[in-house]
Amino acid sequence: MSSLRALAKLLKQLEDQLVVCMRCGLCQAVCPLFAETGREADVARGKLALLDGLAREIFENPKGVQDRLARCLLCGSCAANCPSGVKVLDIFIRARAILAGYLGLPPWKKVLFRRVLSKPELFNRILGWGAKFQGIFLKPVDDLLGSSCSRFLSPLLKGRHLRPLAKVPLHRQTPTLNTPPGASGLKVAFFVGCLIDKVFPQVGEAVLKVLERHGVGVYLPRGQACCGIPALSGGDTAAFKEMLNHNLDLFGAESWDYLITACATCASTIKKMWPLLAQEDGAAEQARISAVADRVLDVSQLLADQVGLAPGGPAGEGDKITITYHDPCHLKKSLGVTAQPRSLVRANPDYELTEMAKADWCCGCGGSFNLQHYEISSAIGRRKVENVLKSGAAAVATGCPACMLQLTDLLSRAGAKVRVRHAVEIYAEALRPSGGLE
Amino acid sequence: MVSRALVKEFQRILGKEQVFLEEIDRATYAYDAAVLEPVLPAVVLRPRSAEELGRVTALCHENGLPLTVRGAGTNLSGGSIPSSGGVVVLTTALNKILEINEADLFAVVQPGVVTARLMAAVEAKGLFYPPDPGSMAVCTLGGNVAENAGGLRGLKYGVTRDYVMGLTFFAASGETVKTGSRTVKCVSGYNLAALLVGSEGTLGVVSEIILKLIPLPPARRAMMATFDGVGKASETVAAIIAQRIVPATLEFLDNFTIRTVEDYSKAGLPVDAAALLLIEVDGHPAVVAEEAEKVEAICRQMGAARIHVARDAAERDRVWSARRSALPALAKLKPTCVLEDATVPRSKIPAMIQALEDISRKFALPIGTFGHAGDGNLHPTILTDRRDKKEWSRVEAAVDAIFEKALELGGTLSGEHGIGTAKSRFLEKEFGRGTILFSKKIKAAVDPHNILNPGKIIGE
Ligand SMILES: Cc1cc2nc3c(=O)[nH]c(=O)nc-3n(C[C@H](O)[C@H](O)[C@H](O)COP(=O)(O)OP(=O)(O)OC[C@H]3O[C@@H](n4cnc5c(N)ncnc54)[C@H](O)[C@@H]3O)c2cc1C
Ligand code: SF4
Ligand code: SF4
Ligand code: SF4
Repeated sequence: MSSLRALAKLLKQLEDQLVVCMRCGLCQAVCPLFAETGREADVARGKLALLDGLAREIFENPKGVQDRLARCLLCGSCAANCPSGVKVLDIFIRARAILAGYLGLPPWKKVLFRRVLSKPELFNRILGWGAKFQGIFLKPVDDLLGSSCSRFLSPLLKGRHLRPLAKVPLHRQTPTLNTPPGASGLKVAFFVGCLIDKVFPQVGEAVLKVLERHGVGVYLPRGQACCGIPALSGGDTAAFKEMLNHNLDLFGAESWDYLITACATCASTIKKMWPLLAQEDGAAEQARISAVADRVLDVSQLLADQVGLAPGGPAGEGDKITITYHDPCHLKKSLGVTAQPRSLVRANPDYELTEMAKADWCCGCGGSFNLQHYEISSAIGRRKVENVLKSGAAAVATGCPACMLQLTDLLSRAGAKVRVRHAVEIYAEALRPSGGLE
Repeated sequence: MVSRALVKEFQRILGKEQVFLEEIDRATYAYDAAVLEPVLPAVVLRPRSAEELGRVTALCHENGLPLTVRGAGTNLSGGSIPSSGGVVVLTTALNKILEINEADLFAVVQPGVVTARLMAAVEAKGLFYPPDPGSMAVCTLGGNVAENAGGLRGLKYGVTRDYVMGLTFFAASGETVKTGSRTVKCVSGYNLAALLVGSEGTLGVVSEIILKLIPLPPARRAMMATFDGVGKASETVAAIIAQRIVPATLEFLDNFTIRTVEDYSKAGLPVDAAALLLIEVDGHPAVVAEEAEKVEAICRQMGAARIHVARDAAERDRVWSARRSALPALAKLKPTCVLEDATVPRSKIPAMIQALEDISRKFALPIGTFGHAGDGNLHPTILTDRRDKKEWSRVEAAVDAIFEKALELGGTLSGEHGIGTAKSRFLEKEFGRGTILFSKKIKAAVDPHNILNPGKIIGE
């Protein structure tokens, strides 16, 4: 009991944020998980009430609360729609850390977060084997690797139509770059992110191509670590800080105007979560983090808002390809980015953008949520797939590799021949060497 | 207490998965949107058919277990907070729209259907279900019936009561009771629906609802008028109605709310205006055009400082976003927001606003007032921090003072949010001892074991 009191005390740190929830219940309208289960413990209001109850020692079941908190996509739909402005994700991330600190992390998570994800070289090597030893390692490798937001050990996961790991990850194709600003007068640091590096290197290539054509200098350091969201959602602050420090050192070594990503999850983690977790770390550390976090842009923001898109050229021969766009939660709800990726798609005259219903309804991926609650995750995703199919589009573009994985899995299981693309790929396709559109 | 045997029985009827026993799960059904302390139920049940709903009701009756039905848990008066040791029965799995009848203009729904879902479904067929509580994206039709929920369109289109053609409900003992019909006219039997609407789960458990639908008005036009005095705004409302125009919505924002919304959304609202009216007329396009012009002229005559008529859907949306932002903007000022619901006759709005300003000053509490000017239903919103004990006692005193004033002006405690436990102690003041006794007799007759949401409305 005394240690439970200590836990309650730790949770009291969240009190100022918890008290903001007025229990209006409006988050029920937007929570993708609640839409499937109808259970109050699955919606933000319920989880906030549980944290409140634990902090006020109304009940004594930290493990139970931890389990309920883990049933969450961390999609931020609730926070974006909350009339009271409850910082739901901040609360959930901090509570997960407090509870994990109190209850301890399961060993596989410790290994994953502390020994693997925070050590880029090792991570890359293990993934290399992953593909080779599929059958032998099934369980441990599944736990170890599948649990990161990037559940890319596709062939190991039965019944899922996932993309296999790329034959040549981006860090092999283009290990490092450091080019001066060109015509645009800008230089950016490129945070690649695990999924783009290892599963969708073609998205990374598209980014590099577009930057080059627009005369944007690029700093692409070797040995980038994960952005840290798997460790954060697992509640492992220590591992997270290790990744954070590694990345800060790496990117702090060069000067640049913006840090760009093509992974919505990475962008939102860097912008929102890096500063959040530095709150107790003193002014100097906070300044070091904001120097990076304040300058994060999604690649579509850089192109549309800072550089300016190349004017659309004439369409090619033949019919236009109809394409629809899925708003990644971490772009729309976390960063408020909706128009820019659509502009990228529209800039390609060979495509015709057609909106689907509920373009911003979560695709259900939610990183490790997908692995631990695959059935619900798929059920959420099926609503998405229905709307994609109803739009009649031949392709669906989005702005996050995690969504791309989920959409690929679900569309192919539905037997649909809809291609999944990143908005920047569509834009890159249309670029002429001179920087204009083809 | 819920015995092991009884739990087994619930599990047998509903299936294990639909009986929530773990304390943690029960703790998520201990509150609603009212600012009241949570109460943990002993067990939470989730029936998936009307039949199951009836059987668990009967079981609670036989065992003397207090039963609180819960829709979305958004009511603002404590109606879905259970009794200690009682049962919460969820309607979330009873969420089917059973019929939308386009020939006879009605819909039949289960109680757990979310209001906005029915609205969208009927609108897709060119029909209209008007009652639009601010919570409609999540609240249930069962909850709307049990609270007699209103909304923005109350003045012209009425409230939930005006759309209930018939109900099927379970008496406490589990017997099925039917009232009303699928016909426009029906005088067969007692009008039990009238008794059940607004009964907050204290007289019966609603299992099926027949709702009236009307044709969707083909056109509408919104406008915003600002005034330098609350009196002027209120007189404008009276003048519009005196001209025999009944707008679909006639919403009011006071100066405090205007300033807060402007700080929050930077929509370009006039922060020095004493009051703002948002008016929308709807109906046949020709009538809408004519009425909109008349309303604009009336506003001008009555001394509106500024009038802005929305020319298209985007402008209409901008006009309404001011109203939609009222609660979110106010709620963000302080940790706790107490949303009150005192209602006065339309003509008494200026007096009520004046009283609210006095109360705000007297108790040193910020109060923003917005609401339905057309029907006198104001929402004074007190901003506070419930952790501050001293301030909280001032909040309680202020709420009392608001009720007093509303009654003094010939108004009522609640226009639409219900009585629940939050306001039950004031009810006698509004209606007198005889009314409470009569209500208690009805309750005792139909619910002899006092299991249906005990303590709500008329107290223990
Ligand atoms: C942000 C916000 C805005 C709101 N705006 C409005 C508004 O504009 N107008 C308005 O009128 N209200 C408003 N409300 C209050 C609330 O949404 C309404 O009272 C609504 O009708 C409650 O529906 P619910 O499904 O949440 O019911 P609950 O809160 O779950 O239950 C309400 C009551 O109904 C009973 N009940 C529920 N289902 C049944 C059933 N099947 N049989 C018998 N009893 C049942 C419950 O026991 C309880 O007493 C608002 C609330 C919020 C939080
Ligand atoms: S919408 Fe916000 S304030 Fe309302 S219940 Fe959900 S988290 Fe709480
Ligand atoms: S983050 Fe997403 S899944 Fe989690 S509670 Fe909020 S809306 Fe629901
Ligand atoms: S968000 Fe991006 S960098 Fe972070 S784990 Fe996922 S893919 Fe890797």
